[in-house]
Amino acid sequence: MDFSYTPAEETFRDELRQWLSVHMKELPEWWGRRDMAGPEVDSDEYHDFSVWWHRKLYDAGFVGITWPREYGGRGGTIMEQVIFYEEIARHRAPGLANAHGIGWCGPAFLAHGTEEQKKRYIPKILSAEEIWCTFYSEPEAGSDMANVQTRAVEDGDSWVVNGQKVWNSGAHQADWAVLLVRTDPEARKHRGISYLFLDMKTPGITIRPLRNITGTAEFNETFFDNVRFPIDQVIGEKNMGWYVAAGALEYERSSAGTAIARENAVRDIIRLAKEMKRNEDPLVRQRLAQLYIETTVLKYMALRGLTHELREGRPGPQGAVSSVFSMEFNQRLQDLAMEIQGPYSRLTRGSKHAVDHGRWQYNFLRSRGNTIETGTSEIKRNIIAQRVLGLPRQ
Amino acid sequence: MDFDLGEEQIMLKTSARDFLEKECPKKLVRDMMDDDKGYSPDLWRKMADLGWHGLAFPEEYGGVGSSFLDLAVLLEEMGRALVPGPFVSTVVSAGRAILAAGNEEQKQRFLPAIASGETIMTLALTEADGGVESSCIGVTATPSGSDFVINGTKLFVPDAHVADHLICVARTKDGTGEDGISLFLVDAAAAGLQVEVLRTMTGEKLCEVTFNNVTVPGSSLLGELDGGWPVVRNLLVEATVAECAWMMGGARWVLETSVDYAKERVQFGVPIGTFQAVQHKLANVAVEVEGATSIVYYAAWTVDENDPGKTLAASTAKAWCSDTYKHAAFEGVQIHGGIGFTWDHDMHLYFKRAKSSQVAFGDADYHRERIAQMLEI
Repeated sequence: MDFSYTPAEETFRDELRQWLSVHMKELPEWWGRRDMAGPEVDSDEYHDFSVWWHRKLYDAGFVGITWPREYGGRGGTIMEQVIFYEEIARHRAPGLANAHGIGWCGPAFLAHGTEEQKKRYIPKILSAEEIWCTFYSEPEAGSDMANVQTRAVEDGDSWVVNGQKVWNSGAHQADWAVLLVRTDPEARKHRGISYLFLDMKTPGITIRPLRNITGTAEFNETFFDNVRFPIDQVIGEKNMGWYVAAGALEYERSSAGTAIARENAVRDIIRLAKEMKRNEDPLVRQRLAQLYIETTVLKYMALRGLTHELREGRPGPQGAVSSVFSMEFNQRLQDLAMEIQGPYSRLTRGSKHAVDHGRWQYNFLRSRGNTIETGTSEIKRNIIAQRVLGLPRQ
Repeated sequence: MDFDLGEEQIMLKTSARDFLEKECPKKLVRDMMDDDKGYSPDLWRKMADLGWHGLAFPEEYGGVGSSFLDLAVLLEEMGRALVPGPFVSTVVSAGRAILAAGNEEQKQRFLPAIASGETIMTLALTEADGGVESSCIGVTATPSGSDFVINGTKLFVPDAHVADHLICVARTKDGTGEDGISLFLVDAAAAGLQVEVLRTMTGEKLCEVTFNNVTVPGSSLLGELDGGWPVVRNLLVEATVAECAWMMGGARWVLETSVDYAKERVQFGVPIGTFQAVQHKLANVAVEVEGATSIVYYAAWTVDENDPGKTLAASTAKAWCSDTYKHAAFEGVQIHGGIGFTWDHDMHLYFKRAKSSQVAFGDADYHRERIAQMLEI
């Protein structure tokens, strides 16, 4: 057991810290300020800001740290990747844009794409020159994602896609998208799906914003009406798309970079409790301490998962375990933050007397989605029960 | 960065499990619940021969010189097997107090004897109010010439009935604070010392120890006069982490046994483990036990490193493990249904142990408040 870093890792950390200390001065005035409201998260202004910051990180070599150099990555180590997320959180700096591109579209290309695809698409995913979004879920394919009904048929050297997708975060700002479609309706459910990708300017795509519980429109529903694009825009083999998607989701669930961000959130809620003069209430103290305990436990679970990944070359079963716990943790934290504010918790962004410009209210409402997005808690518990504990499937 | 057990620790764990499955079956655990001594001298000797008692003592005192984390790995397996007897009292509570505060003569006298399995010891700390704060210490030790005279009653002292020596935490100065507390090595055969075994739910031997003008020589002072509380405070961190390792091992047994049962037990024509209500219960326990494993190994590491965060880590681990073990055992009984509620099935041994361990060295609420104080909430 050894929590130390190698000299090379420390050098990387110093380089990153140095960079942050210089460039965080260029962040807009509202960033990190409690006494100022920033732009709405679904606004173009916020999107442009995210991409602007991402490109600065990219130009400095801090995006795609573990990704191969030939596709625009840094060719670095998993530990450097971990250090990157640690320092970003520690400095409370903005993270990366193009979350879907970097989270799973890029990894899908890396794992299953052709050499030509990797060369064409990955560098622009990393640089955020091309923003990606995801078309997985459908009205009848939520938790039962393999029930996708959107059809793609081959017509000469083209795919022709018809159907409807939903919960498409950022589709209105994306340049490219990955798409799960049914390509063999006769095959068994998981065996007739393909993982395609397309240019968002392709004719026949209609995007309608869906306002979520917070009132903002981060996600959309999207209609495909005879959308035609080249036949080579498929990742992996035709009809094997389910396995491409499942692998990429696992990648997302195993990411170990959020521990310090959670520690920041615990620090913030403790500060809030003091400001609201609730910190001497023994019940509040118990719940704040419990949040600290949970974030600490999560941190060391993540490090054990990371160790598994470093030793075995792939993420361990801790992924699903950490994920369900982490999501529910955030809901508990945001819920307590609201309670601590008493009647002030009812005041929202734009109101006189709203605490911290209503950011807790937004975070509380946004956190409600945490146990639904990236797989519901129920599905994640099924995964733990069946894949980690080996219980029989129904 | 490498945060998991190393190869040698995994070997230690595997060999400990194999040994205990053979040498400490549940029949022995049950027999010892009603046994006057509460432990098997035969198993005790075998464990000492394997080097377990001296595992974390330096070689110069008859030990193996392994780390506290190694000891935690061993305790995890002992907790899994519910090994009855005074191992933790002797090796952790008393042994580590002597290691930390003893002079050379005391170390030479006691540590090799503990390591060889010859000597059984315990720590007489808590009193009638059950707390583990310095304000809870009321037993007094009054100087008399070069001797000290101890008076008062200690309660919930584990294994005092079989101990050869006790370490008594006593007040040597008036007051209720941390200053003026001293530790004494007391011969269990000393005149005026009376031990009464209390009947417990788990069969653990907890005792009332009465000191009625017990006279001990000045040389029995362990550590500095009036300066004993920092020793106790440090000891409590180590004993708490040791308890957590024990609890985590027990919780893992509960999880694995319940998962196995859910795969086998058929109702409505299918194993009950196919039902989501059962799957999700077990998934929740799995999350908690996985968390317990991570936090216990981390806390044990902080003890080895004498990390400044070790007190916070110990409280974090204890709060988490207290809730986890209790919840795991509660659900363990539920998943086993009627069988889980019987005396014949072993689940109740863990259910009771979880309740007992929950309050040892402070319960979850106590440690959460401690954490609140340490975080300056």
